Amino acid sequence: MSLLQVSGLTKRFGGLVANRDISFSVAPGELVGIIGPNGAGKSTLFDLITGFQRPDVGVVRVDGVDVTQRRPDEISRRGVARTFQKLRPFAGMTALENVMVGAFQKTADVGAARDVARRALSAVGLGERADAHAQGLSTGQRKRLELARALATGPRLLLLDEVTGGIDQATIPGLVRLVRDLHAGGLALVVIEHNMRVIMEISQRIVALQLGQVIADAPPAEIVRDRRVIDAYLGESWR
Amino acid sequence: MPRGRMAVAIALLGVALLVPAVVALPYPRDVLIRIFLFATLAQAWNILAGYCGQISLGHAIFFGTGAYTSGMFVARDVASPWVAMVVGALLAVALSQLIGAPVFRLRGHYFAIATIAVGEIVHILAVNWELIGAARGLYIPVKRPDSLVNFQFHQSKAVYYYIVLGLLVIGLVATWLIERSRLGYYFRAVREEQDAAASLGVRVARTKRVAFGISAALTAACGTFYAQYVLFIDPESVFPLSLSILICLVAVLGGVGTLWGPLVGAIVLIPLGETTRIYLGGTGKAVDLVIYGALIMLISVLQPAGLVGIARRWRRRG
Amino acid sequence: MGLVYALIAAGLSLIFGLMEIVNFAHGEFLMLAMFASFWAWALWRLDPLVSLPLTVLALAALGWVTYHGLVRFILGAPMLAQIFATFGLAVFLRSAAQALWGADFHLVKEPLVQGRLAVAGVFIGLPQLVASAGALLAFGLLYWFITRTETGLALQATAQDRQAASLMGIDTQQMFALGWALGGACVGVAGALLATFFYVFPDVGASFALLAYVAVALGGFGNVPATLAGGVVVGLVEILGGLLIDPSLKLVGVFALYLGVVLWRPQGLFGRF
Repeated sequence: MSLLQVSGLTKRFGGLVANRDISFSVAPGELVGIIGPNGAGKSTLFDLITGFQRPDVGVVRVDGVDVTQRRPDEISRRGVARTFQKLRPFAGMTALENVMVGAFQKTADVGAARDVARRALSAVGLGERADAHAQGLSTGQRKRLELARALATGPRLLLLDEVTGGIDQATIPGLVRLVRDLHAGGLALVVIEHNMRVIMEISQRIVALQLGQVIADAPPAEIVRDRRVIDAYLGESWR
Repeated sequence: MPRGRMAVAIALLGVALLVPAVVALPYPRDVLIRIFLFATLAQAWNILAGYCGQISLGHAIFFGTGAYTSGMFVARDVASPWVAMVVGALLAVALSQLIGAPVFRLRGHYFAIATIAVGEIVHILAVNWELIGAARGLYIPVKRPDSLVNFQFHQSKAVYYYIVLGLLVIGLVATWLIERSRLGYYFRAVREEQDAAASLGVRVARTKRVAFGISAALTAACGTFYAQYVLFIDPESVFPLSLSILICLVAVLGGVGTLWGPLVGAIVLIPLGETTRIYLGGTGKAVDLVIYGALIMLISVLQPAGLVGIARRWRRRG
Repeated sequence: MGLVYALIAAGLSLIFGLMEIVNFAHGEFLMLAMFASFWAWALWRLDPLVSLPLTVLALAALGWVTYHGLVRFILGAPMLAQIFATFGLAVFLRSAAQALWGADFHLVKEPLVQGRLAVAGVFIGLPQLVASAGALLAFGLLYWFITRTETGLALQATAQDRQAASLMGIDTQQMFALGWALGGACVGVAGALLATFFYVFPDVGASFALLAYVAVALGGFGNVPATLAGGVVVGLVEILGGLLIDPSLKLVGVFALYLGVVLWRPQGLFGRF
């Protein structure tokens, strides 16, 4: 049974159709990439999956259970975590405390949560900055913090929204390695990315969106040859 | 709290406990009682607004609920004021959940204005409600002899002092416990980034309601105390917007979201109010508010963490 | 009266639309406007309608000063700080008024416009009529200004997208200050008009302010024309409430309306937020 299954998702905002009849599924442990030009409806899709928006039509299923109308916190408790494109660390709290909020999903004990949080922070490479105030971190560090926070909830599926956006080239390989390690550990991932090199490298499958619709759903090797994807997004020079 | 600070806190408590024994004059004791009362009220408000980030500007409704519940209980000879305190607190919690359910869906400014609206509605309704005495108010019958059961002490008002001190301690301990628990982390997460918190599994609406409930209960308990202390209540003294504002002022001045903020705020503000009242006679009441207003503006611009925040910065530098 | 509420609310909406700050001191601005009119009359025998331009200038200046002296510093601050900053100002102004002029009620006696008019069997005070007309006129002027003049459009642009506007060469600081000045001006007009028939006292701002918040919320924060509708609705509800239920409970109706609207449509009937 697939871990995540979305069928016929459609979402309209006034006259704008952000998502139109989107369907695909993610198997346990699979890494699926989502690409598409800006405005293709990628972040809206994440919102629909994680309960921040309700689709007008369509169903979202996690482990076969219909979660379409569920609140974000309920979906999180089913093992689906996400990061946000616009970073939202908890200001006024340290990195460790930030991650603890995520850790508390699995335990009510403060000490246990602290341990889980520390481990999550080391996993993303922020071990030494645990006691730094979240606001004082650089963008790259904040991205790692968001990641750690989401990981602390012990998810089985992680939705990453633009992991490499807004950070300098030098830190990208490190992040990519991190994502790969997480995947290797059995975590299923759905990754929205603009950096084509990264997404081609790590994805087992890619779903391409344009104007809110799925125009291709295939392994990377086939995606680069798909006419529609090339026209919509990749351009001829990508070979 | 680090060992050193815990020691200081206990020492302060010790001093506070001894004060009535040493100071026999009623006036300073009354001022201290007012300080403790407002500190507790501000502490209760702090739990909701400082830690959980929901700025309620209508908190007086809970104060009034506690006051009138006990007032009615005693006036109609239903039960002891202590029972009334519990009942009042429960009523306040119920009220908070009722209000919270719809109102917490609002955010930020809308929420704040909504709380003002609710506060004023309750205020106006109370002024017109014959059962509780409407605008005339309610006199709480004097019961002699003094007794703990009747929650009235006329020989020595010192017992009131200990009771309100007890309430303050409860407030401080509750805040301290919350701060160190999962609930406290959730409160702060909701305060900072509600959506991110939800994505991490935090039941945002429920967290807010819990904060509201705790805050309401403690505020109501203070209301009951006030009724038994002053023995006369009317809508103007327990329900007005100005009271809600004063509670916020105390907390904000001292430092929202901090453990000791409300107490510090009360220690500064209440005597300030008293002093201006003494030295400036009739218009004094307004002048202290002028100072309050100026202080609030300064604090919000310079150091939203209040006096406690300023003290922390000092210590870090030194 | 609804029209007067609308005018007051317009100022609020303008400010909020520009920088997402609710001016909790708006009521106190109104109070000061009314006092200004009153003192103009008490000291120099100037009828509020005559001293209106002065009042408007004074309040506009106050708005401008408030921006530069206070609001500028809290633009990026957490919401708590923003709420309390203007809140503190409100407390400060109200108490200062009380300290300086006492808590008594004052009234402008023998205003220029007095008497009543019988319209379809109902007596409407002439001052109120003039006030409504004045408010409508002022509203119209404001609307014309924001939509037809270059500065007005710049103001709108800043409200909609601060960054884009600044990239186009619009000085956002100036726009903000202008917004506050305009808000002050609106309230100045309203205050002067009200002073022709309403009692003037330090706390007078509070009740009007609350009604203004409701009006803005109804129309939608940030949408200035809609606040006209909002204000009228509030005025109507107030009167109806007073007639149908109990006069002393008419405010309850207004607040209940606020809660109802805001819960049903959080952005107000026409709002953007």
